[in-house]
Amino acid sequence: MSKLRIAVHKFASCDGCQLQFLNLEQELLTLAERVDIAHFIEASSDLGEGPYDVSFVEGSVSTPEEIKRIRQIRQQSRQVIAIGACATGGGIQALRNWGQHEAFLKAVYASPEYIDSLEHSTPFSDHIRLDAELWGCPPDQGQLKRMLADLMAGVTPFVPGESVCLQCKRQGNVCVLVAKGEPCLGPVTRTGCGALCPYQERDCYGCFGPQAGGNTTALGRRFLGLGLSPEAIKHRYRFIYNWAPAFREASQEWESKDITYTPLPSKKEGEWS
Amino acid sequence: MNTRRIEVPVLTRVEGEGALYARIEKKQVTDLRLRIFEPPRFFEKFLQGRSWKEVPDIVARICGICPVAYQMSATHAIENAFKATITPEIRALRRLYYCGEWMESHSLHIHLLAAPDFLGYPSAMAMAKDHPEVVKRGMHLQGLGNRILKIFGGRPVNPVGVRVGGFYRAPSRQEARELLELLQSALPSAEALVRWTANLKLPEVNRPAPFVSLRHPNEYPMNEGRLVSSQGLNIGAAEFEHHMIEYQVPHSTALHAHLQGQPYWVGPLARLNNNLDRLPPETATLLQETGISWPSTNPYHSIIARALEVHLALLEAVHLLKHYHRPRQAYVAIEPRAGIGMAATEAPRGTLWHRYELDAEGFVRQARIVPPTSQNQAQMEADMRASILESLDFDDEALRLRLESGIRNYDPCISCSTHFLRLEIERA
Ligand code: SF4
Ligand code: SF4
Repeated sequence: MSKLRIAVHKFASCDGCQLQFLNLEQELLTLAERVDIAHFIEASSDLGEGPYDVSFVEGSVSTPEEIKRIRQIRQQSRQVIAIGACATGGGIQALRNWGQHEAFLKAVYASPEYIDSLEHSTPFSDHIRLDAELWGCPPDQGQLKRMLADLMAGVTPFVPGESVCLQCKRQGNVCVLVAKGEPCLGPVTRTGCGALCPYQERDCYGCFGPQAGGNTTALGRRFLGLGLSPEAIKHRYRFIYNWAPAFREASQEWESKDITYTPLPSKKEGEWS
Repeated sequence: MNTRRIEVPVLTRVEGEGALYARIEKKQVTDLRLRIFEPPRFFEKFLQGRSWKEVPDIVARICGICPVAYQMSATHAIENAFKATITPEIRALRRLYYCGEWMESHSLHIHLLAAPDFLGYPSAMAMAKDHPEVVKRGMHLQGLGNRILKIFGGRPVNPVGVRVGGFYRAPSRQEARELLELLQSALPSAEALVRWTANLKLPEVNRPAPFVSLRHPNEYPMNEGRLVSSQGLNIGAAEFEHHMIEYQVPHSTALHAHLQGQPYWVGPLARLNNNLDRLPPETATLLQETGISWPSTNPYHSIIARALEVHLALLEAVHLLKHYHRPRQAYVAIEPRAGIGMAATEAPRGTLWHRYELDAEGFVRQARIVPPTSQNQAQMEADMRASILESLDFDDEALRLRLESGIRNYDPCISCSTHFLRLEIERA
């Protein structure tokens, strides 16, 4: 069988996702033997033209030129795989989607007219059909390697969708929500990172995005019980994955003025003062 | 035909998207523009209204390659606004953390980005076919840096361990002991790396310009010190914005900066030049052996400066780990208060300055961040102009390579301000 021809393309991002390739260290050399890395601007000046078997795309779509480019990449690639929070959720830069784009430009640049940027920062799935998505900011190297192995074996890549909590339990971490009263997003966040934050004795801030079917309302009520304001709860959801539908809606829910939710677990008179 | 137009679609092996355009008429450079078209990401705006607790997790995402620097400049600046004092133990841990980033980022730059230029390869992967031991050594050192970062924050990209006031968790004794062993055994590799870079065939050019870096009374600067220049500047971080003036140019999404109306340099070479007397003896000896007279005004010597800093960081990390006692708590309690705080630390690519204005509950009112790439941009352009004038006889291909490698030497992290450097040369 001939080697897979792969490409890595960058859009608006911090470069962190492609660094997950470069940080494979010596395994990067093994990878370079097993696949043909045809186009990877950060790693090589040798740039091969498409078509590619697999294109990994990093970053979000945030300029008019980027819309054109992702369409071209789709045409040139048998499979397109979005990697990272920017690519799968619009990224932290989607925080601008909530504000006034013009005002942002003016706040940062003296001459905003020189800057060409779209009003919204959006994930690739808004613009093209994707073959797979690898979540996380940055995606986990273990998951990335697993995906590469699946691709080389010619099977559909599998990405688990359960919550961080399950990994925490398997690892034997002490629960920061229950034991320390920290507003941990682990119960509604997708697994993959290896439950890094609870291991570091801190709350998860949701950098792997929403888990399928997580109850963001109930968790918000639990945070109310910890003493967080609805505004603070809104901010928890409106963070790295602010534009992914589940967290987007959750943040809107907690933003609305007339929430009447009661804290969880419910507070009896005199208790927890 | 007397107009020549050369177009090179991408400048590769840098962080981020940019282009270089040059027009040469009658042996003069009539136009030169380093264009950075990394889409704007508005971080300073996103920070507004966020709590002090969220800042380290936000700023880490400005740059995948140097999150530690962002976290360190930010936490220092906020602590400064809150008038918080940290303990010597936390200070030592922060230095160890920073050593990890220097080792990782410098090793990555030396081997994956810069060195292939000097040996005639398109990539480290191609270089590895002929020089496997060199590339493996580099990746090993990069890996050790990553290992340090993983202990503090689980992963080298966007690590999760930092909070204002210190760290969420301190390394265990066991982790420290294992790390110490690994680092100690890598010292000969770091020495060999310095010698190897010093033996590379580097272009000989001379670019006198002010070097700017931090300077500390008794240590090689990482996260503290006064801002100095080779031409007499000596200021505290709070005075930065009165001396370093940022301005926007039409061709770039990254701002430029001037010091007293002039381009200036930040980065490993500037740091080394300004702090030759702060090197540990072992590193100083290695520096002498290079046979180069320091301070150096040859930007290509940056690769040697990076290798030296890998050595220095490794030594320092070994030293810190030998004296490591796990603190009971890895952070000091923080009381927010209204105020303005500023701090500069030495990112692998150079001085990184942050300023925060916070309200009484510790919400960010305003943030300003000046990354090394924008500080170096004016100097990069000046350097490229000089390089063209020196190399007018080169054919287009050779000239293009010279300019590309020249820019890579500054290691512009275009994402912190992205990844195409499109290069066009027009000759009339
Ligand atoms: S997903 Fe996170 S790590 Fe990846 S490019 Fe975006 S900000 Fe960086
Ligand atoms: S924020 Fe959550 S998903 Fe991200 S590293 Fe921490 S525990 Fe994992």
